[in-house]
Amino acid sequence: MSTATAEVSEEVKNIPKKRKPFLSKKDRKVLTDPLDESNPITVQVLGICSALAVTTQVKPAFVMTLCVIFVCGFANLVISLLRNTIPSSIRMIVQLVVIASLVTVVSEVLKAYQYALSKELSVYIGLIITNCMVMGRLEAFAMANKPWQSFLDGLGNGVGYGVILIFVAVARELFGSGSLFKVQLIPQFVYDLGYVNNGLMLTPAAAMFLIGIFIWWQRARKPELIDIS
Amino acid sequence: MHYLNIFVQSAFIENMVLAYFLGMCSFLAVSKTVKTAFGLGLAVIFVLALTTPINYIIKTNLLNEGALAWISPSFAEVDLTFLGLIVYIAVIASFVQLVEMVIEKFFPPLYTSLGIFLPLITVNCAILGGTLFMISKDYNFAESIPYGLGSGFGFFLAIVALAAIREKLRYSAVPAPLRGLGIAFIITGLMGVAFMSFMGIKL
Repeated sequence: MSTATAEVSEEVKNIPKKRKPFLSKKDRKVLTDPLDESNPITVQVLGICSALAVTTQVKPAFVMTLCVIFVCGFANLVISLLRNTIPSSIRMIVQLVVIASLVTVVSEVLKAYQYALSKELSVYIGLIITNCMVMGRLEAFAMANKPWQSFLDGLGNGVGYGVILIFVAVARELFGSGSLFKVQLIPQFVYDLGYVNNGLMLTPAAAMFLIGIFIWWQRARKPELIDIS
Repeated sequence: MHYLNIFVQSAFIENMVLAYFLGMCSFLAVSKTVKTAFGLGLAVIFVLALTTPINYIIKTNLLNEGALAWISPSFAEVDLTFLGLIVYIAVIASFVQLVEMVIEKFFPPLYTSLGIFLPLITVNCAILGGTLFMISKDYNFAESIPYGLGSGFGFFLAIVALAAIREKLRYSAVPAPLRGLGIAFIITGLMGVAFMSFMGIKL
């Protein structure tokens, strides 16, 4: 009890010191909401294709997450800066050009510094362009909000997307190949006792089941997210 | 016969949705009723069947290294393949615009029931995937036509099938937190497992 009040008074003391906080309360909400309540994959149903494709191992999922956070954040920023000058009749093409340019940059950088990885991710880096999450956030948020908040929204959604990606990838690599980041975690003697890797986990279908289970868990925690249809 | 094989292969064995899991977002979001799923499926067939060959022509005649030599010999060393992604997506976006205008004019009820998901065909991964897979498989022009058509047909079949299942599912006792989206994910996964039985079949 006393510690709680001490903490509160500590906070009260701290507030006047920061006259202009780096992230206002609203900024913080924009940044953290996509992590759970409005998660791009499980609630908004955006960006699922790539979530299934790159999650057989943790490493490509991790790289993909970084690429998407980058593209989503900066695409939101650029479109938000341009939002008052884009004619609405051609806005989709403008959005796509911005996304495509950013993705081209990412793909060329990967090719230059991580050639093996870029070969592994091949088609899917190109498919960031058609990751509906990036364009969905442009439509839903960046076209109507200020640059700084749009940037935060892009980062938040990228991270929310990444959380699901990493969750699925960890489960799939651990049960599918018994390793994480290609480091063997399940020791040999377990295999000698008759343990077998689950081959189903390596198929994309397993990712569907895992996301389905994740949705189940999330909706059980937050019944207000259930939609009956 | 070779072309028929490509058609069957792209529609069933390498089904865009259930084998490669592309185009999932609209697949899961529009499959609530068979009627809208049917309309979206037809629109996807149209866009995919036309953009794949057109992107092939653009790639071979404008973007490949040395492809611009027909303008003047000094262009023989120009290599524009890095522009690929932007050009392909622009072609797709303009076709989706066309489809949207046609549907709005001639099928207004379908237009209203599809709503926002009609323009979202632009960012349907299956469409760009069709072009990119066509390139990585080194198809020629004649082969790209049945490939695009078959991929679209595969998407159409898959989305209508899922919509039919979901319509029936409304009357079954699914645990409340799993209703709607959750069970749709799991059913799609099961359909994908079923499609794995096609794997390894060579035509």
